[in-house]
Amino acid sequence: MLHARRHWAGALLLALVLAAVAGCSNRVDSGATAAPTATPQSRGGNHALRVAVVTHGAAGDPFWAVVKNGAVQAGKDLHVRVSYQGSGVPQTQAQFIDAAVNQHVDGLVVSMANPDALKASIRRAVGQGIPVVTINSGEAQSAAFGAITHVGQDESVAGEAAGARLAKSGAHHVLCVIHEAGNIGLTQRCQGAAKGLSGKLDTLQVNINNLAQVQATIRAKLTADHSIDGVLALNPAVAMAAVSAESGTGSTAKIATFDLSGDVTSAIEQGRVLFAVDQQPYLQGYLPVQLIKLYHDNDNTLGGGKPVLTGPGFVTKDNAAKVAQLAKEGTR
Amino acid sequence: MSTAQGAVDERLATTSPLRRLLVRPELGALIGAVVVFVFFAILSPTFRSPAGIANWLDPASTLGIMAVAVALLMIGGEFDLSAGVLTGSTGLAVTIIATRFGLDVWLAVAISLVLALIVGLFNGLLVVRTGLPSFIVTLGSYLVLQGLNLGVTKVLTGNVLVGGLVGRPGFSSAHLVFSSSVVLGGTYFKVSIVWWLVLTALATVVLLRTRFGNWVFAVGGDQVAARNVGVPAARTKVLLFLTTATAAWLVGTITALRNTSAQADAGVGDELTFIVAAVIGGCLLTGGYGSAIGATFGALIFGMTSVGIVYAGWDADWYKLFLGAMLLLAVFANRLVRRYAERRRG
Repeated sequence: MLHARRHWAGALLLALVLAAVAGCSNRVDSGATAAPTATPQSRGGNHALRVAVVTHGAAGDPFWAVVKNGAVQAGKDLHVRVSYQGSGVPQTQAQFIDAAVNQHVDGLVVSMANPDALKASIRRAVGQGIPVVTINSGEAQSAAFGAITHVGQDESVAGEAAGARLAKSGAHHVLCVIHEAGNIGLTQRCQGAAKGLSGKLDTLQVNINNLAQVQATIRAKLTADHSIDGVLALNPAVAMAAVSAESGTGSTAKIATFDLSGDVTSAIEQGRVLFAVDQQPYLQGYLPVQLIKLYHDNDNTLGGGKPVLTGPGFVTKDNAAKVAQLAKEGTR
Repeated sequence: MSTAQGAVDERLATTSPLRRLLVRPELGALIGAVVVFVFFAILSPTFRSPAGIANWLDPASTLGIMAVAVALLMIGGEFDLSAGVLTGSTGLAVTIIATRFGLDVWLAVAISLVLALIVGLFNGLLVVRTGLPSFIVTLGSYLVLQGLNLGVTKVLTGNVLVGGLVGRPGFSSAHLVFSSSVVLGGTYFKVSIVWWLVLTALATVVLLRTRFGNWVFAVGGDQVAARNVGVPAARTKVLLFLTTATAAWLVGTITALRNTSAQADAGVGDELTFIVAAVIGGCLLTGGYGSAIGATFGALIFGMTSVGIVYAGWDADWYKLFLGAMLLLAVFANRLVRRYAERRRG
């Protein structure tokens, strides 16, 4: 009756699939995982503030690892107990926020890639008197939802600056590579870049979870159309895929990217990548914890209703070496 | 199904209640769910508070609706890898039709159901007509849907996030039915939990008390033998694919109305979670065995774990590891129990 061997094989297959899913989301983690997960605090004496950071970043995304490192470090420096959760699925993120609210945390830090989906949960937090700081995305809705401040980079502004910089370096026809289908911020960057470029901008949709395919797709595009003289990646791993995609195609397209990694900074040093738009994710983790602490202790707010911009900063050949060292430590 | 074969028939022998319990497919998942609950309840008082319970029942509910439908299909011997993406497609359909074409939300919900049923029919007919493994057929429709979700959304809206459902005609009543909250003792429980419980009960009754339920076990166990005794195997399988499509429509609608927006990449990858929940719930990958209630316990384990990790203050990086271990444990426990029960039966 029972096909024991087939049964085993099935279990093994599923385990492998699960392991693969977990594994590939970690593939480009550039040594930024060493940070401790929570701050060791003695709860005696003063009650330590508890701040929950809930982002839309998938586990293992190097960008969000830096944000997390910033938040954790702020927790250590300021004696705040910081917890970090992330999910790219909007309703899961909302459920994480609900969980934090149920625990009556003293402050909430949220990135809003899909503000509509988080609205009810954030309103509930605000309604219970929990100060909320939004980070990274969702700037437009931040104040309306009752957040005290938004810390991040204006994606359109950053895109426009990147486009203008590419134009200055002589690019006329740029390929803007979008690596996450559901992320509205990426679309805004490309739209901004088109504005700043005042040339031709094509968008290319790829999947960040399959970098080999990303590389093949970019290579195909560069081979097929030699008029493309610029590639704007929106993620450091995609930028490195673009660098390898270009070799051998005869294309001389200049490659620029959003965000940093160790590989990208050394590629900038070697002149293979023109520049990286740096929105300083470390600040997006560190500052909100500090803002909540200051709001709690001293009733301070920052920005006066305007967002606190952490970017765009640019990493070019001039400052790449210094930043490279910091990127290795997981803070840039 | 059975014919009289004389008085001493091993099929008529009385079995002890304990053994009857042991051969139930959902036993492993039930024990697993209890263990996970106790574990997190000890770790965190918030986890066992009413608000905490409402919190983890919510992710369990939308997953559970899908897992129950997927369990029926798996018992019938087939897979549906397109079910995850279809939850995104149906949500996008509701949102785009209501906001870009200006139709009443209820009409958009109805059109979305028709679209889902077309996908289910396509999957089902292709599987029974070609005899190709459903793994391959639905892998194809999964990719087709993923491409359509992104392509159509971008062409129609120029964006990847479609919002603006709030305030459309019919929104508030549709929101009430699919995505509101039920207040129970001062705690807000999402209405999707009600949908989930009703569907679990319905699926269990259909599976264990109706002729169709017998057909499902029969076609999953041995399709040729089932055909030989007159089970309409093709019709049964197509109906099962229509069931997963309908469940995907329900979850897609719930999600879209709750988020008041839909994302072009929604649901991608969830199909594996549905299958894992069904397998934890006792479904065999080879078909013919499993239960709907088990899949619901599987979904419960997922829901409790995803939220429990937050309450415990752990790093969410470990979530998948925990689930993988749960899956393996559940499968091994199910297997041991079943072997034990079958050996004793002789």
